[in-house]
Amino acid sequence: MNKLWRLLGRRLLQFLPILVFATFVVFGLLQLVPGDPALSLAGDYASTQRIAEIRHEYGFDQPLVVQYGIWLWHAMHGNLGLSLFSSEPVTQLIEDRLPNTIMVAVYALVVASAIGIPLGVLAATRSGSKIDSFVTSTASMGVALPSFWLAMILALQFSLYRHWFPTTGAADFFTDPAGAISHATLPAIALAVGVVATLARQVRSDLLEVLNQQYMRTLRAKGLSNGAILWKHGLRNVSATLLTLTGLQVNRLFSGAVVIEAVFAIPGVGSLVSYSAINKDFPVVQGVVLVLVLIVISVNLFVDIITALLDPRVTAST
Amino acid sequence: MLSRAGTGKTTPMSVAAGKVSDSEKQVSTSALLDVRDLSVSFRDDAGWVQMLNNVAFTVKRGETLGIVGESGCGKSLTALSVMGLLPKRGCRRTGAIVFDGRDLAALGESGMRQIRGRQIGMVFQEPMSALDPVFTVGDQIAETVRTHFPVSQREAKERAVEALASVRIAGPANCATQYPMSLSGGMRQRVMIAMALVCEPKLLIADEPTTALDVTIQAQIMELLLELGQRTGTALLFITHNLGLIAESCERMIAMYAGEVVEDGPVESILQRPLHPYTAGLLESLPGRRAPKSRLSSIPGRVPSAREMPVGCRFGPRCNYAAAACQEPQRLRAVDDRHVRCVRASDLALAGAGV
Repeated sequence: MNKLWRLLGRRLLQFLPILVFATFVVFGLLQLVPGDPALSLAGDYASTQRIAEIRHEYGFDQPLVVQYGIWLWHAMHGNLGLSLFSSEPVTQLIEDRLPNTIMVAVYALVVASAIGIPLGVLAATRSGSKIDSFVTSTASMGVALPSFWLAMILALQFSLYRHWFPTTGAADFFTDPAGAISHATLPAIALAVGVVATLARQVRSDLLEVLNQQYMRTLRAKGLSNGAILWKHGLRNVSATLLTLTGLQVNRLFSGAVVIEAVFAIPGVGSLVSYSAINKDFPVVQGVVLVLVLIVISVNLFVDIITALLDPRVTAST
Repeated sequence: MLSRAGTGKTTPMSVAAGKVSDSEKQVSTSALLDVRDLSVSFRDDAGWVQMLNNVAFTVKRGETLGIVGESGCGKSLTALSVMGLLPKRGCRRTGAIVFDGRDLAALGESGMRQIRGRQIGMVFQEPMSALDPVFTVGDQIAETVRTHFPVSQREAKERAVEALASVRIAGPANCATQYPMSLSGGMRQRVMIAMALVCEPKLLIADEPTTALDVTIQAQIMELLLELGQRTGTALLFITHNLGLIAESCERMIAMYAGEVVEDGPVESILQRPLHPYTAGLLESLPGRRAPKSRLSSIPGRVPSAREMPVGCRFGPRCNYAAAACQEPQRLRAVDDRHVRCVRASDLALAGAGV
């Protein structure tokens, strides 16, 4: 237990530098993008003096580090600034749109785990069989399949031709759960396919390795059934790597959401960040990145804790 | 010496008398395990290869039987066959394995599950990798109990702690909460023994239980195995490549070579006068039997590969006493108090260990 606390403490200490570093990198990168937000803010016929005023007003004339420091200070107080274009508070923009993104990402993760993990188990227990080669080859294909392409095929087939699902938009999960699910189904499937393939492949190879360990023979010598050996001992032994991998998929799902939200015109943080970046709406991009980094780090922290609880070797090795 | 003095169980070798061939071995009523004509083949890319050839032996109730032989002679394969732990695919097993009146070879997988862990326990060679790393040792022992007895979780845990105490682990209750990685090799092997014996099986198969341990621990573990076997009346099938350990611990032994039993009899008389040149070679190779600093003796040549088995005596190509008759396939024949697979057994005078 002590070891677990120490692990937790260390992870939390790593949390902060990662957060500062990630947001600073994004802040710096935005400066490299060609174009000047003050120019677009001022409009086509503004005088040089007006542009200089706007620069000063928004703090664009300050050194980069100072600008970043000011932003960070405000962020720590829950103020992510205003959008340069709509003048809405960034926190409000994110609050409106984040639930739609989370809906799609969580939906995709649930679908992917529910299909990918059992497929991997099936392939591992029947290694060398036709089922195994089918899963392995389909998974290789699934990994290579671009999600945006799949998204367009799905939209064409199942919403434009067959009208099973709405083509665009989103609904609030709490006021209209059925609507939210039906809106999120196609985007979630498009996102899930790659994750299914990754999970199935990894579960297969990890489980195969565990099933060939010496202790599996001990378990059989104890008189355990194959079911107990596989589901209790086999899965518990791969749980650590499996959870870590699933945690990494969360990052992948959020980055994939940027493209998928564009295809399905979902008002999520993905589409928000993509057009804000095009418009050089710095505060919005910064705010979204901050929130996404927070989510990803929290998910990984959570995964670390669960992993440590499931597998004693994790705490021992850190 | 860890002799089992005073057991009073050294019954006259009942199998020694009659004419016994490979296929018709007498079943003594006291035989707990009677393995008859056990053959095992594996399939690889080039076809089937026979790894065990008509292996036959018996283990009596409460007895300690040693199986000795070089690596690859089929000792472990014999043990795994008895446990029904051979791979399902690419493996063929024939013959009978009569345990406590039932033929295990004819028993299905679910029937075997009732036997494994409950009637026959097994301890493996590698204590470092034989335990599941993500469960505490207490849980792992309790799991064996719960698999075979309808007891509560708590009672199973209590039995696990008792089992750990019986293998003389200090602080058994604390040890039960430990994960295998925090235990030493000797401790883990004690845990394995506790786990194998927790359901009080009638037979314990120990496959090289001390090979991976250092010498001082080896002696402790052997002593423990023998003592527990004696106390609970569990028969012990002890597999090793170390003839010295067999000399110290077993009543009867069989020597295996290239997938066959070559000699079978009481340990004492085999040590005094081995009948098979291979057994004699093993005795010869024991260190400490010769003058210090002289070269260790070894048997020339190598075990033939399973694909290139000689038609005649399998030991023939390495044997100093090979004669014309050795070109014929050899069967196990009864000579004096034992069985030996050598046509010249009666006319050779081979050197014993001089004990």
